[in-house]
Order: sequence, then structure tokens, then C-alpha cells
Amino acid sequence: MFGDLPILSIITFLPVAGIVILLFIDSKKNSLINTVATATGFVTFILSVPLFFAYQENTGGYQFVEKYKWLESFGISFHVGMDGISLLLVLLTTMLSLIAIISSYTAITSRYKEYMITLLLLQVGMTGVFLAMDLFLFYIFWEIILIPMYLLIGVWGGKERVYASIKFFLYTLTGSTMMLIAIIYMAYMVKAQTGTISFDFIDIFKLKIDPSIQVILFLAFALGFAIKVPLFPFHTWLPDAHTEAPTAGSVILAGVLLKMGTYGFLRFNIPLFPDATVQLAPYMMWLSIIGIIYGALMAMIQPDVKKLVAYSSVSHLGFVMLGIFALNEEGLTGGILQMINHGISTGMLFLLVGMIYERTHTRMIEDYGGIAKAVPVFATFMMIASLSSIGLPGMNGFIGEILIMTGAFLSRPVYGILAASGVILAAVYMLWMYQRVMFGPMKHAKNSNLKDLNFREVAILIPLVALIMWIGVYPQALTVKYQKSVKDLMQLKSSRISSTADSIKN
Amino acid sequence: MELTINHYLVLSAILFSIGTAGVLIRRTGIVILMSIELMLNAVNITLVAFSRYQQQVTGEILVFFVMAVAAAEAAVGLAILVVVYHHKKSVDVDEINSLRR
Amino acid sequence: MNFSEYAWLIVFSPFIGFLINGLVGRKFSEKTIGLIGSLASTLSFVISVLIFFQYSALSQKAPIQIDLFKWIVAGGINVSIGYQIDSLSLVMVLVVTGVGSLIHFYSIGYMHGEKGFARYFAYLNLFMFSMLNLVLGNNILLMFLGWEGVGLCSYLLIGYYYETDYAPTAGKKAFIVNRIGDFGFLIGIFLIIQNFGTLNFTELSTVVAKGTSVGNDTIFWITLMLFVGATGKSAQIPLYVWLPDAMAGPTPVSALIHAATMVTSGVYMIARLSFLYVLAPETMAIVAFVGGATALFAATIGTQQNDIKKVLAYSTVSQLGFMFMAVGVGAFTAGIFHLVTHAFFKALLFLGSGSIIYALHHEQDMRNMGGLRKKLPVTFFTFLMGTLAIAGTPFFSGFFSKDEILWKVFNYSSLLFWMGALAAMLTSFYMFRLVFMTFFGEMRYHEHGGHHVHESPAVMTVPLIILAVLSVFGGFMGIPHVLDVFHVGNYFEHFLSSSVKDSLPIVFGTKEEWGTMSLSVIIAIIGFTIAYVIYLKKKYVPGDDSTIKGYKKVIYNKYYVDEMYERTVISGTIRISKTVYEYFDKLVIDGIVNGVGKSIRRIGEGIRGTQTGLVRDYMLTMIIGVSIMLVYVLVNKFMMIRL
Repeated sequence: MFGDLPILSIITFLPVAGIVILLFIDSKKNSLINTVATATGFVTFILSVPLFFAYQENTGGYQFVEKYKWLESFGISFHVGMDGISLLLVLLTTMLSLIAIISSYTAITSRYKEYMITLLLLQVGMTGVFLAMDLFLFYIFWEIILIPMYLLIGVWGGKERVYASIKFFLYTLTGSTMMLIAIIYMAYMVKAQTGTISFDFIDIFKLKIDPSIQVILFLAFALGFAIKVPLFPFHTWLPDAHTEAPTAGSVILAGVLLKMGTYGFLRFNIPLFPDATVQLAPYMMWLSIIGIIYGALMAMIQPDVKKLVAYSSVSHLGFVMLGIFALNEEGLTGGILQMINHGISTGMLFLLVGMIYERTHTRMIEDYGGIAKAVPVFATFMMIASLSSIGLPGMNGFIGEILIMTGAFLSRPVYGILAASGVILAAVYMLWMYQRVMFGPMKHAKNSNLKDLNFREVAILIPLVALIMWIGVYPQALTVKYQKSVKDLMQLKSSRISSTADSIKN
Repeated sequence: MELTINHYLVLSAILFSIGTAGVLIRRTGIVILMSIELMLNAVNITLVAFSRYQQQVTGEILVFFVMAVAAAEAAVGLAILVVVYHHKKSVDVDEINSLRR
Repeated sequence: MNFSEYAWLIVFSPFIGFLINGLVGRKFSEKTIGLIGSLASTLSFVISVLIFFQYSALSQKAPIQIDLFKWIVAGGINVSIGYQIDSLSLVMVLVVTGVGSLIHFYSIGYMHGEKGFARYFAYLNLFMFSMLNLVLGNNILLMFLGWEGVGLCSYLLIGYYYETDYAPTAGKKAFIVNRIGDFGFLIGIFLIIQNFGTLNFTELSTVVAKGTSVGNDTIFWITLMLFVGATGKSAQIPLYVWLPDAMAGPTPVSALIHAATMVTSGVYMIARLSFLYVLAPETMAIVAFVGGATALFAATIGTQQNDIKKVLAYSTVSQLGFMFMAVGVGAFTAGIFHLVTHAFFKALLFLGSGSIIYALHHEQDMRNMGGLRKKLPVTFFTFLMGTLAIAGTPFFSGFFSKDEILWKVFNYSSLLFWMGALAAMLTSFYMFRLVFMTFFGEMRYHEHGGHHVHESPAVMTVPLIILAVLSVFGGFMGIPHVLDVFHVGNYFEHFLSSSVKDSLPIVFGTKEEWGTMSLSVIIAIIGFTIAYVIYLKKKYVPGDDSTIKGYKKVIYNKYYVDEMYERTVISGTIRISKTVYEYFDKLVIDGIVNGVGKSIRRIGEGIRGTQTGLVRDYMLTMIIGVSIMLVYVLVNKFMMIRL
């Protein structure tokens, strides 16, 4: 379909072109900046859509692979490719980035040009993370994201933005430093085993690693990823970052950034350290379950809508992790689907909260009450997003959660049972919040003049609603795309378990 | 008396010491920049001397680099000082300490 | 023409109605909206009737499968969006679409002039869609979709008057309590996947029929967990608390969702999985006794309520208890039979109460009613028919079904029988109490503002009349053996037998059947008499809430169960969450994180003094360092030379 076109590089670096153009634009010309930024996001998104159809799900594996020489003497190359899992995540990234750009037209009032540049830079990093097939390249993209995100929170954030941004930065940096050490260690391991140093996935996946070292490496990687997810108890940066970030920042953060953590677990921890994975999976699952319930309980008592949604993310990402570490096909399929679902549903929730914040400049639940009467369209969308978030059958969240819980249950019934209790709590905090915000008599007279959503806002929500319904009714459309990848992953995992066991015996 | 390499090295050492002392003692930004220039040129003398001594051009090439960098440094440094002067009406480096806190 | 090929249209016709009314309904007139909603539902009914006639003519009544497409496929899960037509689902579909369509039409009148008319009909159609998925789905997951879907619609419709405080609260409570039940349901689903590897009803029953190696313990847990789901949806002890509150919704909604259809889905689910339940006699016993206890418990509460809808709500809980009692003892047919007749007469009673409430401008307190017999003749007459049916008057529909249940229960356990009989007496009592307090005696309602009490329009009374006819004669589909003088046979049982068969052995003979039957008639008369004496003869009207004392107060306040839940479960959870948030999340985790940050800062502050910010100082340090290194190198050189 694409012939020799380096489509993945184009998708990754197209936003850079947008950034370059933006640099030459007068920062007062907001509408021109809008046009350029939106066009960049839009073209990138449009270019990424055909990938969905071009990806051969029956062949599986990495497709559209590109490899260029880079730092040859260190075994580093620019190597990108896409499998079923990254396919969906890249599409999610390009879509949410575009939505984030459009959602910011009126929300951001200062340093508009720089803001758009930051968003586009963020997109480069995120796309790169999901496409990299070289550990060093992966790490670079991983770290690139930190800077624009830091700026996004720290410059365009709320009252406590400096605290939140520094907390975010230090938390994530701590994790990724551990990961960097492990990455370098593994590159040298390749050298020890084959003679040439290499950061390439293909070489690293052939490594034979002693189980005891696997555990250490697993933990080093896991720390980096777990903070990003965030897995309990590394979650406290999330509520602050989410609350303080501007709307688009929250959308990107919840929609894509958190997925980088779970993606990392899928891509590296499970296939690279299979023995450690099997050994540590119960702990990871317990942490996930604690996260599910803990996040839900914390969400329940938040007086701040955005913080509530942030804690609900902790709960949902707990589900994703639970599915992944159930280490069976149901769990993995559900976990991956739930990554996409969470991006859509929670992304939508943050968008909605942002839209109402723009009108009232408050995020406190008690400042609302009864506004459904003033903003019926908003209330409808909020209802859909909330229901999707609590996993109502017929919507996307249900499919992911039922698969995850089945997977967990098959792994060990108690996991499934505890996870299912999270479903009740989700209904409690979400509907309680909804009721306090939307229903009842109008609590504050000034809210009765609220303007309902305008055309632009509805236009960016409609695609999300369509996706919510589509995935809920016909999840097969997405799951077939990565079914082979999940099977490959499990195959790789089990084959490496036996091979390491053999090598130790010998 | 024939000029040996030692003469050049001593001259260079003296110039370098003067430069260093200038940087350490003086407070005026412009003089500090001049002193740095002096130190760089002292090094240049050494490089040229050794280059001549060893009958190689490597040192002389390096001198070109140093000169280029020195020029750039002087340009940027003076520009900064001009801006600072606009702000503070002084080029006293002791007073340029707003990053300390 | 094979109508069953169009079975998907039964399900999707209301969905199309939902989409039209939900998306563009606001632009239409009330008439158009009402007609779209009602016709969408009626279309489903017509198709179901056509399929019913075709299906009942078949000699071999094998389930008809209509698979639309694969829904979820991963590992051990493989389910489709697919529907199954057999005698059980047909009975349910006919009830749902039939009663549902009547209620749709009724709503056109009842909801006249309400804000959000289109929203109401959209929700109602969405409910029909979900309910039809529930009863027609050929696998448990699709049933669960419907199961949660009806819960959602119930939430939306209870909270229909969202500008009030109580309605959304009641809706939320309904949803959450249902979710607690669904938690059990989910675990049941997981257990089935784990042990049977399929969720399809037909495949499941084939596996079970072949003799399964799955242990009895597992089946016990599967069935029990699914029953937990049923207690939520069908308002049984201990999860019944949401149903009385659910009366905050518009009255037709109470009739459709909280009386005729949704709340019976637990009974349907057990009948649908009867092949599993019969393998777990312990669960069956639990189901039967929970049903019996609920029937009795709710009936006692019903006797002291003054809100007309609350009485009917507790009555519903109680009648559902009867149904569970029936399926619990293994009399699945009797349970479904009662489900059908109950759908007729309870829908009728609710719609009748709706007609009263409509006439009295949303007055629901029976203490402010009375003497409405003359003003609302049609409502009164149909309501009386419904009351006679539910009280178990001979040859009314409720008589046949309730009597059948009591008779079957008698064969199982006499204790349970007496619980049921007592509940039946209370039923008769509170229903006649209701009739006497609203329709007889003096008129206590004060007409004001030129509004006069008058009978509802035809669009409301015609459904009442149709339901009244069904309530009176509906019982003749299932004539018990002893009354079958013309030997027409029990048509209902015969029809259902192709998908559900009773497992209860009948140990007693005809004599005892006559005995239980006469007893239930006597019981009904006792209940009627007590109500007659107190509320018609003595013209007793309960006083204000503050004057209610003693045991009556306890019952009036529903035994304070809600308060108990509130004090323990709800505020407990919130308190724990708050404590954890303050002391763990903020203090411990954030404390560690911020502590690390702070200590690094403190160290930094300690060595900050060396950083003067003067380049000169740094340079001096550097020169000193370089000098030391030079000295070191030189000294080393000299030492080397010496050596």
C-alpha cells in the first residue's frame, strides 16, 4: 500500500515540520497558528489511518519496518516498526493529539504559539515510543516526552502547577534512570554473548538471561514503567499532574502517556524476562488489584472533578495491568483493548471537564449541581463518557473489563473476584459525581446561564462517542488486529522460558 | 641569542598568569573579557611554538579554532555585557547575581 | 414465510425508535414522538406474535438460533450477538412487548405536557431494546448486556425528574444496588467460562445433559452467584431496598420496569438456566427460602405504607418473592406463569394508580385520597379487577398462578407453604386497604385552582381495560389439573415444556391440592375482611407520620433497613476512604516522595554556601585544583627520577 514510502518516519516526524513552520509565524496571529497546528495534526492523523487497513493481521509481527544507520559503533540504529499493539496505540496518539490541538483553541490564552509547539513535540515523542524498535531510540523518545509535558503543566497549568510539574518530572525521571541503566547493561550483555554491541530489539530478544539477573532487570524496567502507568503505590504524581495540567495536557497524559507504561511492560518485561515475569506476576497483580480498589475509593471522596477522574485513571490502569499480568490470552487481549478504551473514555471525560471549566473556572463538585438543565448536550455527553468509564455493556469499557476480569479469574479466582468489586465502586464514584454535578435543583444561580457546547466542541466529541459505541458492539474490529501479536508475545515468552531453563541446565 | 622554544613557553606562561590574575582580580566585565582573551592568546602562542618545534601544522590549525571561538566568545560576551549595562547601568560582575537566589 | 428470520427486528425496532427520538425527537411534536416510540414497540409485538403462532404450530420445538455476528472472541471466550427463540423466550418476549406497547401508549397520555417528552420515549425504547436482548440473547454475556442495559434505563427513568433531589438519588441507588448484584452475576459468568468453556445456553445445556465432570460445589457456587445477581435485579432480600425508592420515576415506568418486566428478569434467568439449577439443590433451597422470606417480609411493610405507589412497590417485591419461591422449589413453570399473570395485573395496578395520580395532580398519599370511585369510574373498575386478581379471587388470573405456586411449594416444604400463605393473606389485606382508602369513603382531596378531578383520556383508559381483561381471563392458559373439567390441559405448562421442565416431584394427591386451593381462597377472604372492617367500616385513616407509633412505626419505616445500610456500608466506605486518603495517600506515599525531595534540598542548602555565584571564585577554586594536580605530577616525576 505504501510501497517504499517511509510511512512510519513520516508519521513520527511530520509534527516537526509543523513546529518549524510555527517558529516562523508571528506569535500574535492566533488563527494562523491554529490553522498550521491543526493541519499538521490532521494530516498526521489522516496518514496514520490507512495503516489500520494496511496492517496485515494474519501475518502479524512488525510491519512497515524501517532501519537506518545512526550511531553504528554503539550498535544504535534508527529502527522503527509497527505491530498490532503499537498500531492501535499510534492511531490513538494521532487522534488524541489532533483532538487536543482543536480543544485548545479557546482554552489557552497566553503563549499560544509555544503551546502548540509543545503539543506537537509531545506527539513526536509519543509516536516514537510506540514505534521504536531500538532500545536506545525508545529511551530517547521516552525522555523527549518529559520536557514538553513538564512545560505543559508548568507553564499552562493551574494554581499549583509548579509543584505538580516538578513532581511529575522527578517521579518519572527517577524511574527512567533505572531503566536506562538496565538498557545499557543489556546492550553490553548482547556484546558479551554475540561479540557486537547492539540496542536493537531483534538482538536483545535473543539474549539468554539468568533468572536471578532477570529479576533485577525486570524490577529496573518495572520501576520506570510502573511510575508511568501509574501502578500503586507510585501513583501520587498523577492526581496532581492531571489536576494542574491544561485540558489538552490531561487528555494526552491520560490518553497516551500512561499507556507508554503498560506498553513498556508488554513490549519488554514479559518477553525479555519471562522467568522473572512468571515469578513476579502475582505481586504485580496484587498491586494492580490494590490500585483498582484504592483508586476507586480515593476517587469516591474527591471534591474536585478532575482529581476524581485522575484517581479513576489509577483504578482503570490497574485493570490494564491486571489483564497484562494475568498472562493469558483473555487478559492480554482485554488489557490491550482497555488501554485504547481508557484513552478514549477518560480522554473524553477530561475534555468535558475542561469544557465546563472554561465556562465556570472551577473544578469543585460543590460549585455545580443541577446544571443538566442549563447544558443538556453537555450532560448527555458526560453521561455517555461516565457510562463508558464504568464499563456498561454495549460500550467499550465493558469489553475490556470483562476480558481482563475473566483472564484474572482464570489465573486465580480471587483476582477476578476482587477486580469485579472495582466495577461496583466505579459505578458509585462516577454516578455520585454525575448526580452532584448534573442533577438536583440548580444550586448556584449563576450556573443557569451556562452556555451549552458549541459546534467545535461537539465535533471533537462525536468521533469519541462513535468509537465508544463501535468498540462496544464490535470489538473484533480492533482485537483481530493484535490477536496475532498477543499470540506471538505469549509464544515468545514461553519459548524464552524454556530456552533459559535449558541454558541453565547446560 | 637564539630564540628557543623555552622563550616562547615562558612568554606564554607569563601572559597566561597575567590573564588569570586579571580574571580573578578585576570586577569590570569588560576587563575580565580582555583578560580571558589574553589567556587564550597565551595558549595560542604555546600551540604555535610547539607546532613549529615539531614541524607539524596540527597546532596551527587548532589555533584557528581557538581564534574563531575567541571571537565568538568576545562577541557574545560583549553583547551580554551591553544588555546587562542597559539593565543595571554597571558592568560590575559582583552585581550580576540575580540567579543566585 | 419464516418469521423467525426477522427476530432481530424485534430487538432492533425499539432501538431505531430510541435513535430517532433520542437524536432528533426534541424537534417533533408530542404526538409524533409518542407514536414513533409506541409503534416501534408495537412492531416488535406484532413480529413476536407472528413468530409465536408459527412456533407453536411446530411439532418439534427446538430452539431457533439467529446468530448475527461474533462479539467477543479471545482465548476461552467466544460469544456472538445472537438470539434464541424457544418457548421460554417467546413467552417473555410476548409479555415484554405486549405489556410494553400498552404502557407506551398509556404514556402518551400520562406524560402529556412534561418537559423532556422525547427523552422519556427514547429511554423507554432503549429499555425495550435492552430487555429484549436480555430475554432473547442466546448466551449469558448478551443476557448480561441486557441485564445491565435495563439497569441503566431504570437509572435514567427513575431519575427522569432530574431537577428534584430525590429522583436522581433513587436512580443512583437503584443502579448501585443492582451493580452489587451484578458483581455476583459476573463471578457466576467467570465460573461458567472457567468450568464449561462456553456461555451459549444451548451448548451449555448440551454439555450438562451429557453429564458433566464439573463438581457439585462448583455448580453450587455458579448458581448461587447468579442468584446474587437476581436478588439485585429482582429486588429480593437483601438487595430489595432500591425498588421502593424507584417509585420516584414516572408511574408508567414503575409499571413497565419495576413491575411487569425488568424486575422479573431474575426469575427468567433462573428458568433459563434451570438445567444448571436442578443440579444444585442447595442453591434451590436458598432461592426458595429467600423468595419466601421476601414475600412475607415485603408484604408486612406493604400493610403500613401510605404512598399508593409504595404499597404497590412492596407488593411487587412480595410477588417476586412468590416467583422465586416457585422456581426455588423446582416449579419453574409455575414461576413463569405467575410472572406472566403478575405482569398483567401489576402493570394494571400501577397504571391505575398512575391514572389516579394524574387525576389528582401528582398527589400520591392515600391519606389525601378517598371516594374516587365516582370520579374515576373506569380507573376504579379496572383497578378493582387487578386487585381481585392479585388477591387470588377464584378464576381471576392471580388465583391460578398463585395457587399453583402454593400447591407446588406445599409439596416441597410445609414451612415455606405457610410463609407463602401468610404473605398471600397480607397481600389481600393491603390491596383492599389500598382500594378502600382511595376509592371509598369520603373524598379527602381538595380540588383547587379550578382543577377538577376527572377521568383520564382514552389513550390511558384503553390500555387499562385491555390489561383488566387479561388480568381477569389470563389465568385460563394454565388451568390446574383438579379444575380441568373439560380436559383442555394446562396449555401454558405444555407450551413451556419444550424449554423448561419442572423438577419438583409431586408427593401429595388431589385431596391435598383441593385443600391448599380452598385454604388460599379462605386466606384471601380473611385479608379482605380485615381490610373491610378497618378501612371501610371504621373508616380508619392513618394519621400524620409523627403520630405513627410502636411496631407500626418500625414497619412504616421499613424496619430501618435503609438506615442500617446507610450507617454501616455507605458511610463506612466513605469514612475509610477519607482516612486512607488523608493518612496514607497524602501522608505516607506523598510523604515519602516529598521527604526524599526535601532531604535532597536540605543537603543542597547545606553546601550552597560554597556557591557564591561569582565566576571569579569558581575560577580560583579551579586554579587551586589545577595547581595541586601540577604539583602532584611534578613531585611524582621527581620521585621517579630519584628512584
